[in-house]
Amino acid sequence: MFRNQYDTDVTTWSPQGRLFQVEYAMEAVKQGSAAIGLRSKTYIVLASVNKANSELSSHQKKIFKVDDHIGVAIAGLTADGRVLSRYLRSECINYSFTYESPLPVGRLVVQLADKAQVCTQRSWKRPYGVGLLVAGLDESGAHLYYNCPSGNYFEYQAFAIGSRSQAAKTYLERKFESFMDSSREDLIKHALFAIKETLQGEKLTSSICTVAVVGVEEPFHILDQKTIQELIESFEIREEEVADEGAAMQEQSPEPAPMDI
Amino acid sequence: MARFSPYDNNGGTCVAIAGADYCVIAADTRMSTGYSILTRDYSKICKLADKCLLASSGFQADVRALQKVLSSRHLVYQHQHNKQMSCPAMGQLLSNTLYYKRFFPYYAFNVLGGLDSEGKGCVFTYDAVGSYERVGYSAQGSGSTLIMPVLDNQLKSPSPLLLPAKDAVTPLSENEAVDLVKDVFASATERDIYTGDRVEIVIVNAEGIRREYIELRKD
Amino acid sequence: MTSVEGLLGCEQDSQRTLSPYVTGTSVIGIKYKDGILMTADMGGSYGSTLRYKSVERMKSIGKHSLLGASGEISDFQEILRYLDELIKYDNMWDDGNSFGPKEIHNYLTRIMYNRRNKFDPLWNSLVLGGVKNGQKYLGTVSMIGVHFEDNHVATGFGNHLARPILRDEWKEDLSYEEAVKLLEKCMRVLLYRDRSAINKLQVAKITEEGVTISQPYSLKTFWGFNAFQNPSKGAEGTW
Repeated sequence: MFRNQYDTDVTTWSPQGRLFQVEYAMEAVKQGSAAIGLRSKTYIVLASVNKANSELSSHQKKIFKVDDHIGVAIAGLTADGRVLSRYLRSECINYSFTYESPLPVGRLVVQLADKAQVCTQRSWKRPYGVGLLVAGLDESGAHLYYNCPSGNYFEYQAFAIGSRSQAAKTYLERKFESFMDSSREDLIKHALFAIKETLQGEKLTSSICTVAVVGVEEPFHILDQKTIQELIESFEIREEEVADEGAAMQEQSPEPAPMDI
Repeated sequence: MARFSPYDNNGGTCVAIAGADYCVIAADTRMSTGYSILTRDYSKICKLADKCLLASSGFQADVRALQKVLSSRHLVYQHQHNKQMSCPAMGQLLSNTLYYKRFFPYYAFNVLGGLDSEGKGCVFTYDAVGSYERVGYSAQGSGSTLIMPVLDNQLKSPSPLLLPAKDAVTPLSENEAVDLVKDVFASATERDIYTGDRVEIVIVNAEGIRREYIELRKD
Repeated sequence: MTSVEGLLGCEQDSQRTLSPYVTGTSVIGIKYKDGILMTADMGGSYGSTLRYKSVERMKSIGKHSLLGASGEISDFQEILRYLDELIKYDNMWDDGNSFGPKEIHNYLTRIMYNRRNKFDPLWNSLVLGGVKNGQKYLGTVSMIGVHFEDNHVATGFGNHLARPILRDEWKEDLSYEEAVKLLEKCMRVLLYRDRSAINKLQVAKITEEGVTISQPYSLKTFWGFNAFQNPSKGAEGTW
């Protein structure tokens, strides 16, 4: 049978000019549960879907504080995500030790991208299987970046990664024009709505999502469950009740992605 | 010819007093070298955690380096444990950090004060290479020889040899402790040329942190 | 095991600075209404010989900072090379972020302290002034890493002779003219009493608009004071 001859190591090109191993790593990002981010002029909100492996277990942490002014949300191999957040944290600590000022977000993102790029060009390495949404604040304002296993990075107003992130992206694309002047509360509301889009009808509760905020005068922090639940209720994101009770019945909550286990 | 010396003594006095539910940490704000005053407004007190403050005198460059090491280590601790370090934990970390440079020491004389995990006042006192002890009150730095005997006289802590061990915390109320600190600094300033200008007093209790400043002699 | 003597090096073939060669004397810096003013003379002493007469001891660092140095001139020029590199890489990011005086001061403090830890000091006292985002900054670092900020700072003899004057006469909202006058008063005292000081000096200014360093000029002096002409008068028995 036909077998791809050009995908057994990262440093081999396919005749079409593709690096399959790198593309596979990017597939890993798509399989992780969703993470989204959006920003205004002064605030950035990150949110993620938490899928537990079983009824008996807790879920993996997908949003990490890097410093007072920076945080990340990840999708893909959580283990790789943890390693990279540790790297980001130590870069921030080293910078503020030398200069006693916070590391500009854009510079941190480039360092991270360079680190990912090295893995795409060494025969004895593998690319990181994780996508990172980096949210941060510096003297040039609020920023949201997406870092990809390929070593590419992009700046966004709003973005979503992970499984069924297309639904969230569609939602964000429809709404993003108002984000720049949105209040903190509106950003959180949009974040929760976007997360809801990725759930495909499953009920949104505080137990399956994490939300974090960073902004002017507000150090990066993860909102506690109670606050999120109250917000969900106040935004009335709850299922439109009985209307399609039947439909909800068949929609068993989908299996967690293999990457989150 | 004058040779290079890696150390200087920038003077200064630090005092801390622990009570049942508070801790008072104080230090003057003068920084000197030899007979010259470098600045009259340099804080020697460093907030390491919500309920843990470090007052240090000695060689300013070493003191600052030490404060930065501790702050960085505390950031790492917070990332790993999702909580702030307790005062006794910070006490042990400070000891280890000082001893790590046993053969090229930080020329720093430290008093660490704050609340322990039960909310009780605690004071840790150090030498430059890291030996330390939990006490009820302490004074360190250039004015310590003038202040320590006064504190001993006023606060008479129970002997550490007593069994069962008695609490080292002082019986004073918070306001009495603050007043005592003001008096001992005013007195030390009279005779110690390295102490003066202003005293910064930090009070830690269940409500949080409060600061007071009292002017001292400027000569 | 290396003894401390070994660390400090022996006189013959040392690769470290055991004592300075060509040195500059005091630098003075003060805050004023619109920013920072700094002054230093242009002398370079070879021991007690006045060897050089046109040494520029104040330089601008990036857009927001001004650095003045006393002590070993070659070490100062080495520091300038470090900072040029730092600023170059900062500019290469081209991302709207830039180092302000606080960052530069901290970076210099790290350099000075690291070199003292290696027993290989950069033999300088530095004054760093700057303005960024409407914030005035004035600080100093010594060769062993002692550092602080203040409304007025001075190195070397300036600490003994200029700062008492500044403590009396400095105020927050000095105009440019008043501030220059105050600095010149300090420099005149130093010229009279510091044998390394020479009567050729520059005044540098940094504000939100940027750095300007004046052309060299000299101060009017008066040597006819009684105490100068007959120093032992009134001090019976002295020579």
